[in-house]
This record gives sequence, C-alpha cells and structure tokens, in this order.
Amino acid sequence: MNAVLDLWTVLAVTAGAILFLAGTTGLLRFPDAYTRLHALTKADNLGLGLVVLGLLPQVDSVSAGLKLLCIWALVLLSGATASQLIARVLLRRDTHS
Amino acid sequence: MTEFLLAAAIFVLAMVALGLVRILRGPGDADRMMAAQLLGTGGIASLLLAGTATGEAATIDVALTLALLAAFASFTFVKAQSAPRQDESAREDDA
Repeated sequence: MNAVLDLWTVLAVTAGAILFLAGTTGLLRFPDAYTRLHALTKADNLGLGLVVLGLLPQVDSVSAGLKLLCIWALVLLSGATASQLIARVLLRRDTHS
Repeated sequence: MTEFLLAAAIFVLAMVALGLVRILRGPGDADRMMAAQLLGTGGIASLLLAGTATGEAATIDVALTLALLAAFASFTFVKAQSAPRQDESAREDDA
C-alpha cells in the first residue's frame, strides 16, 4: 500500500513539474499575449493541482491535507479571476490602439 | 521520497526562474505580469514540495501567504492598468 502511494506521489508530482515546464516554454515561445495567457493558466491550475494531489499521501494529518487543498482552491479562484481580468486589459488595449 | 520531493521543488523553481526571461523581453506590461504570476504559482508549488519533504509545517503557511499575495498583485496590476483607460474612454465619449 505504501509503495502504491509513493508511486502515485512520484507520478503526480512529475506530471505537475512537466506542466510547469510546459507553462514556461509556452510563456517564452508563444507568439502573442493571449496564447501566453493560455499557457500560463494551464501551468497555474493543473501543474499546482497535480503537485498538491501528489503530495496528499505524504502528509501526516487530515488537516494538513485539507490545508493543501485549500491553497489549491485559492490559487484556482484567484488565477481564474486574474486571467479574465488580464485578458480584459489586453482586449481593451488592442481595441483602443 | 524526501530527495525526490526536494529535487522536484528545485526543478519547478528553475522552470519559473527561466520564465522570468519574459519580464526582460516584454513586450507589454501584461506579459511581464504573467511571468510574475507564474513565479508566484511556481513558488507556491516548490514551497509545498519542500515543506512536505522536510516535514516543516510552517512552510505550508508561507505558501498560503504567497498565494494570497500573488492574487492581490494581479488584481492591483489590473486596477492600475484599467484606471487611466477608463478616463480616456470617458474623454472620447465627450468628444
């Protein structure tokens, strides 16, 4: 059972780290700001989410696991709101110029 | 497992540090803000990884604080960007 949980941690954390790699690559290589925003939100939401899911079997108590999930939820909410707002700023800049 | 989690923390931190090149290149303020936001999320991820690896509970609280600050940073940026724009559109409406 322990080995299965450890394997899950390794798989999920590795997938999360790869998503951060993809997010950085997208942020550096994509041609315009909207596509870069798309790459950023994938790394934000899914990358951190996979890291959190991978860490869940490794924490000592239920409350520590709930705290990890709360941090992920906070990042999800703020990331979704912030990317909508940034996209609106970009859209307004493009339509005005 | 501790070594793996710490290695993952270093890898994520290296990735978001690489993303900071976007702050140098720009071209717009929004692109720079996006790189800063990625740094915030990557910082949270590596703090969670390091905190779980070392068993230091306080590190998780630091990650929670960073999540809150990153949210406020983005909202402040949008607020600062949109305030003068609204004035311009108001003037255009008058003209």
